[in-house]
Amino acid sequence: MGLYATLQVIWWLLLGVLLMGLAVMVGMDMGVGAILRYVGRTDLERRVALNIIGPHWDGNQVWFVLGGGAIFAAFPLLYATAFSGLYMVMLLLLWTMIMRPLGFEYRSQIERPAWRNAWDWVLFVSGAVPMIVFGAVVGNLFRGVPFHFEWDLTSFYTGGLLGLLNPFALLTGVLALSLAAMMGALRVMNGAEGALFQRARAVVQRAAGAAIVLFAIGGFWVHAMPGYRLVGSPGPGVPQTPLQQSVVRIPGAWLTNFGVHPLLWLAPLAGFGGMAGAWLAARADRSHLGWWLGALAWIGVIGTAGAALFPFMLPSSADPSMSLTLWNASSSKDTLLWMAGFAAVFVPLILWYTSWAFWVMRGKVSAEKIARDEHAY
Amino acid sequence: MINGTVVDLSRVQFAATALYHFLFVPLTLGLSFLLAAMETVYVTTGKPIYKQMAQFWGKLFMINFALGVATGLTMEFQFGTNWSFYSGFVGDIFGAPLAIEGLMAFFMESTFVGLMVFGWERLSKGQHLAVTWLVAFGSNLSALWILVANGFMQDPVGATFDPVTMRMQLTSFQKLIFSPDVQSKFVHTSIAGYVTAAVFVTGVSAFYLLRERHVPLAKRSLRMAALFGVLATIGVITLGDALGFVAARVQPTKLAAMEGLWKAQSAPMPFNLIAFPSQSAQKNYGMVQVPDLLSLLVTHSLDGTVLGIDALERQAQRRIERGIPAVQALRVLARDPTNAAALARFAAHRRDLGYGFLLQRYAPNVSQATPAQVRAAARGAIPPVAAVFWSFRVMVGLGLLMLAFFVLAALYSLRNTVQSKRWFLKAAVWMIPVPFLANECGWLVAELGRQPWTVFDVLPTWMSASRHSVAYMVFSLIGFFGLYSIFIVIELYLLVRAIRLGPAEPGGHGMLAGPTVPAAAYGAKAQG
Ligand code: HDD
Ligand code: HEM
Ligand code: HEM
Repeated sequence: MGLYATLQVIWWLLLGVLLMGLAVMVGMDMGVGAILRYVGRTDLERRVALNIIGPHWDGNQVWFVLGGGAIFAAFPLLYATAFSGLYMVMLLLLWTMIMRPLGFEYRSQIERPAWRNAWDWVLFVSGAVPMIVFGAVVGNLFRGVPFHFEWDLTSFYTGGLLGLLNPFALLTGVLALSLAAMMGALRVMNGAEGALFQRARAVVQRAAGAAIVLFAIGGFWVHAMPGYRLVGSPGPGVPQTPLQQSVVRIPGAWLTNFGVHPLLWLAPLAGFGGMAGAWLAARADRSHLGWWLGALAWIGVIGTAGAALFPFMLPSSADPSMSLTLWNASSSKDTLLWMAGFAAVFVPLILWYTSWAFWVMRGKVSAEKIARDEHAY
Repeated sequence: MINGTVVDLSRVQFAATALYHFLFVPLTLGLSFLLAAMETVYVTTGKPIYKQMAQFWGKLFMINFALGVATGLTMEFQFGTNWSFYSGFVGDIFGAPLAIEGLMAFFMESTFVGLMVFGWERLSKGQHLAVTWLVAFGSNLSALWILVANGFMQDPVGATFDPVTMRMQLTSFQKLIFSPDVQSKFVHTSIAGYVTAAVFVTGVSAFYLLRERHVPLAKRSLRMAALFGVLATIGVITLGDALGFVAARVQPTKLAAMEGLWKAQSAPMPFNLIAFPSQSAQKNYGMVQVPDLLSLLVTHSLDGTVLGIDALERQAQRRIERGIPAVQALRVLARDPTNAAALARFAAHRRDLGYGFLLQRYAPNVSQATPAQVRAAARGAIPPVAAVFWSFRVMVGLGLLMLAFFVLAALYSLRNTVQSKRWFLKAAVWMIPVPFLANECGWLVAELGRQPWTVFDVLPTWMSASRHSVAYMVFSLIGFFGLYSIFIVIELYLLVRAIRLGPAEPGGHGMLAGPTVPAAAYGAKAQG
């Protein structure tokens, strides 16, 4: 494999890592938002839950920002085509996501119950909706998105308003929400005591159970679904546009990669194993272990999707031959190389200081302290 | 062909959301440094009042910061949602600084801001100080990288068009980040943020002095901000001058619009202090001029000249004519990337490809363009003069006003007479909106002055937008206006409320428990 093709694969893998970071870290915070009204029955309990993620939600959210930036830098045509094509979905995502920072910072500034209650609803919506959207977008990748290009690569989306809300996408959306709720509840268990801890534990078990069922149904569904297969293309590492390849749709094609490389079955295995492990760990009150197993579940689920879709990034249902793959959507060799250099330096650095920040803030959050301190979240 | 209304709506949406984002960003940029400075004094002198200052201004910082983050999220994705052709066309270069910004700046700032707020009890003094400094550096690094991206749109160096992939590709990363436009822009913009924070802190402190509340804290804050402000305003004006110098070289159309210069003149050129430019008549009404000043300002000499709009239009027309064969060759290459004749023709005309694109708006098939269409396209290559002219004058005028303001503030504060100058304290409160207005005007100059291009000389704005329906764009615009209006009301309410409550005095009531009860510092969390 030449340098360019290697870089393309590296960036495809790095994108996967970023998506996993996003799912684990942002998903956890969103999960807390989504379950906040359920696990916290009193204002104080809700504040404890919020203060558990309080010092970290902003740093975690950068996984989302960086995900956007990395797609832009490494796969510009994907950034351009996907985000404009999925316009309404993106609006739904952005409009709910931008309410979240305000929910965290503003909720506890004023004591009036109506004020706090309103922000609790905001945190619920801005936690649950974006996770469903994330999952639904990935689900739509399996079905293909109706878009095509003109001669100068102007992209056109030809689907309707609601075309993206199909049953399979809803399934993957709810799967993502379940995993997020599971991770959020595990994080609450880490920092909470008493009734809050007990309720969070119940959430972990229910969410993990739901995720196992949904992931299994999804697997069977994909089995029979028409998938995409690249039958002719300039090949990896060759500068090209999506106008120069041919793609066919074949039922079951999404499982081809698993047939060729049986080791890939480890990914769904990790997914199921992580979910079941998190369930068991929560039962045994081992929430830290459970959190890591939950992260493993996310890695397995996203890894499964990536393994099935490779080399596709955004299949086109309107004209399959114009589908985006990592070979035709990526940046030039120079850009990928520079970006790989930056990632090699900064990703480890980020992981290091993020761990330090979590370590500094480790331990249980005490309700009395928050009650006395009118300036905590 | 793209619908013109969609382009206009996309522009309105981008301009509105970006201007809105930039209401919060300058305060973040500047206040983070002031916080770090206050805490440094606290750590080196051990005086608790400086800790109280850092915590009080930190509280206001966080209220503002939340909206900076929220509105930034929209910006990050708007290039893809609303400017998809643009994103595909220049993403190879433009995406990189955005991603690096995330890697290098956002992660740092956002991770440490959590520790800055929640970590007072858990970190040693020195560690907390380091964290606060990292927040300040992070915010300024994020400005650097986003301005590298913006600098590329103003002066696209380090990239070239590749007919095989049909997009601009990176040729030199060094050129991209060391472009003179980026350098001066970065310094001017971040210092504009320091000016903003200095005015804000001065104004709020003046409010307390007027009411004789929190006097020690207010006096100290005012002095720090006034000194910081004098330096920053001088810096912003110096660098503004440098930006004008750069514009004269790389974007003569922007400069001509800034100065309302319809016709070329001989040196030394007069400066239009006041004028009412008319785009249709191509002349100014009601001019007040200062002799010789323009030559001095933009060329730093008495015998320098700059091109007028008439000459620039003729230049554009020649480039449009040369751009036609470039577009024709490109259409052949799209079907047949190895066609030797088309490659040769393209190579000969590639410099003017952007101008060929510009013509497509007036003549969708450039091969059949009439001379009238070419002339219309050339006229369309000139930015909206009146808007740029006046935004520029407002910014500069406000800059000079703030310089005078800070010189007085520093003088009164150093002489310890500021408390007796009630007129000045009242004026200081009214000054708070001024830097925000100057910032918005600066961006209007920069971005309106770049029109009709998104990437200067390379990609017209008109081609860059996504192919949405008008209904979608109206819907999203209404949504953003609605949400953002609610946001600003809430933010201003909380900010004013926090300012009214004020910092707590030791033992007294107020927003913060004073230094006598350090454990209850805001945001403090329980020990594990
Ligand atoms: C407190 C805010 C503030 C103040 C007092 C000034 N500026 Fe400014 N200016 C900005 C805030 C700003 C800005 C918001 O930061 C801009 C927008 C784009 C940029 O690079 O900086 C800007 C842009 C900008 C541009 C356009 C840059 C471009 O085309 O890309 C020029 C030529 C100047 N400024 C020149 C000046 C001069 C000569 C000033 C003298 C008083 C001045 N500015 C004061
Ligand atoms: C936050 C500071 C900024 C403000 C306030 C701002 C303001 C504006 C304004 C007023 C326009 C409208 C011009 C018009 O409609 O004619 C515009 C256009 C645009 N700006 Fe900026 N801008 C900012 C920063 C940036 C940056 C950093 C970038 C790139 C990274 C950028 C990219 C664009 C693009 C793509 C357009 C296209 C729309 C058009 O040209 O009409 N802007 N901006
Ligand atoms: C128009 C293009 C722009 C985009 C795409 C953009 C993107 C963003 C994003 C995604 C955030 C949130 C980061 C987070 O989650 O923590 C943000 C915040 C911020 N932006 Fe912008 N921005 C733009 C313009 C600007 C400009 C022109 C400046 C400065 C000159 C700037 C400086 C900042 C700062 C200081 C913050 C707050 C700090 C932070 O959250 O890290 N931005 N921006």
